[in-house]
Amino acid sequence: MSSSVTLIREHESGGLQELPPELGPKSRRLQRRTRPGRFTPIVLLVPALVILAVVIGWPLIQLFVMSFQEFGRSQVFGAPAPFVGFDNYVRVLTDPQFWAVLGRSILFCAANVVTAMVLGTLVALLMHRVNKFFKVLVSVGLLLAWAMPALTATIVWGWMFDTQYGVVNYLLEAVSGQDFTNHSWLIDPFSFFVVATIIVTWGAVPFVAFTIFAGLTQVPDEVLEASQLDGAGAWQRFRLIVFPYLRSIFVVVIILQVIWDLRVFTQIFALQGIGGIKEQTSTLGVYIYQISLGKGDYGTGGAIAVIMVILMVGISIFYVRRSLKEEEQ
Amino acid sequence: MTAITARPARRRVSPRKRTTGILLGVASVVVFLFSVFPVYWMVNTSLQPNNEIRGSVPNFVPQHLTTANYETVIFDPGRAPFLPALGNSLMVTLSTVVIALVFAFLASLAVTRYRFKSRKTFIFAILIIQMIPAEAMIVSTYRVLDGWGLLNTIAGLTLVYVATVLPFTIWTLRGFVNGVPVELEESAMIDGCSRTGAFWRITFPLLAPGLVATGVFGFIQAWNEFLLALVVNSRPEMMTLPVWLRTFQQVTGTTNWAAIMAGSTLMAIPVIVFFLIVQGRMTSGLVSGAVKG
Repeated sequence: MSSSVTLIREHESGGLQELPPELGPKSRRLQRRTRPGRFTPIVLLVPALVILAVVIGWPLIQLFVMSFQEFGRSQVFGAPAPFVGFDNYVRVLTDPQFWAVLGRSILFCAANVVTAMVLGTLVALLMHRVNKFFKVLVSVGLLLAWAMPALTATIVWGWMFDTQYGVVNYLLEAVSGQDFTNHSWLIDPFSFFVVATIIVTWGAVPFVAFTIFAGLTQVPDEVLEASQLDGAGAWQRFRLIVFPYLRSIFVVVIILQVIWDLRVFTQIFALQGIGGIKEQTSTLGVYIYQISLGKGDYGTGGAIAVIMVILMVGISIFYVRRSLKEEEQ
Repeated sequence: MTAITARPARRRVSPRKRTTGILLGVASVVVFLFSVFPVYWMVNTSLQPNNEIRGSVPNFVPQHLTTANYETVIFDPGRAPFLPALGNSLMVTLSTVVIALVFAFLASLAVTRYRFKSRKTFIFAILIIQMIPAEAMIVSTYRVLDGWGLLNTIAGLTLVYVATVLPFTIWTLRGFVNGVPVELEESAMIDGCSRTGAFWRITFPLLAPGLVATGVFGFIQAWNEFLLALVVNSRPEMMTLPVWLRTFQQVTGTTNWAAIMAGSTLMAIPVIVFFLIVQGRMTSGLVSGAVKG
């Protein structure tokens, strides 16, 4: 095992006082010396590796195999599962329902990412400009929203949008003067997704706002002041100065939002449980759940799941590469 | 020159600046109200008798404070018993946090304090695994656990959760360990400490806050996890709190929102408290390698 350990500083043990002078704060942190045979890194990695291999790796292989099998309820109870080649994939990819679900998921994801990014950026800019009191006020609010579990948030919003006694209908009626008595928000697919978007955005804005706010503090004030003296308006200052400084933060936040919103499950699933037509409101994650556990068609569900994994990993490769580059710095 | 012309200009915009200031203050209050309102509404509803929340005008402040809803949830929840779910949640979450912290701690030491050939591959794998959606894994996870007889057990769900929170925990701890300069350990070794001794006496105490923060974050993730618990521990007596809350909501329907809000409050309060404690520490970690419940 120790053979896989690269000894960066070559001299052998026993000479701690011989530490070379380049071991100042500037020397690379990772430069470590280890006595081969004692606590090699691989030993330290074994517990984590075993857990990940057993709970993620093995089921992932099973999922892949299953997506090429005819796998229904009877196979769960021990009947042999015949291999059917790409049948499951063909069935999925020629099923208009799948494309409807995929399109819906992508649209929902896009709407949520845009909304959360715009609102989050605005809130971050707001926090950057107001005095300490208002900054603390906004932060406390955002933290509460951020801390709320997705499921509880969905159920609470479900109650607020309740047809009969919901506070939203009451407030809308009071403000607009129009009749919102017994207005059902969840029965119509479009307004179902409006409510879902509000719930997801409400939970996502704090993360976006705090992250961008942290980035804003990196933009040097002198540059902003100089541009202001040169006559740049607020929008120009944001577009030409703030945004270039924050570009990499924006990229990371957008990728994370895309990943989280594309795989949204809890909010949609719980909202369907409060009211809403499953066939017209399912997103990718919920659809896999319904096909697999609802209908018992595990083979087809597996094929969709494999497609989803490829999609998600494909999107995240860019983010992962970035994180790795940062880590190696 | 610039300074002279700039000054009067600044003085002239001051009334405009004032209006802007007021507008920004109003905007801050709006953001605050919008963020807080659902949380407030949950607690507000939970403290009112169920018949009083079913009026044509909602009570924005409880008219008659009552703990009856909490008593209903805890002692008389009908077909969805709360206390066993609370027990299951506590057991699964706490074991998850302890096991994940130990394993992740060892792994983060390996990737920060050593250099080895497969180090990059390991970190790459960790980040990719983090991106595999649980939604895609439900069926095969169910089957694998079924094969080992671990369905509807605390051990089975804990195992799944450890794997779920492990990548994030390793990634975050790695950042904390990196933050402790290796030189500190080395100078202790020069002063005569053994390698292990230097680690335990110098580095470990400095890491403690990071370990606590990471552990709390793992706790929140496991406490909130809904989908895998729904699939893996579906038997009523093995439910965790999120699955219980949804079941309770389904069983109660729209007839007793006050009790549902009481249940929601009971589930959300520990998370909110813990989150407020650790958020400062975690915000930076979230940006570099992130996961959300």
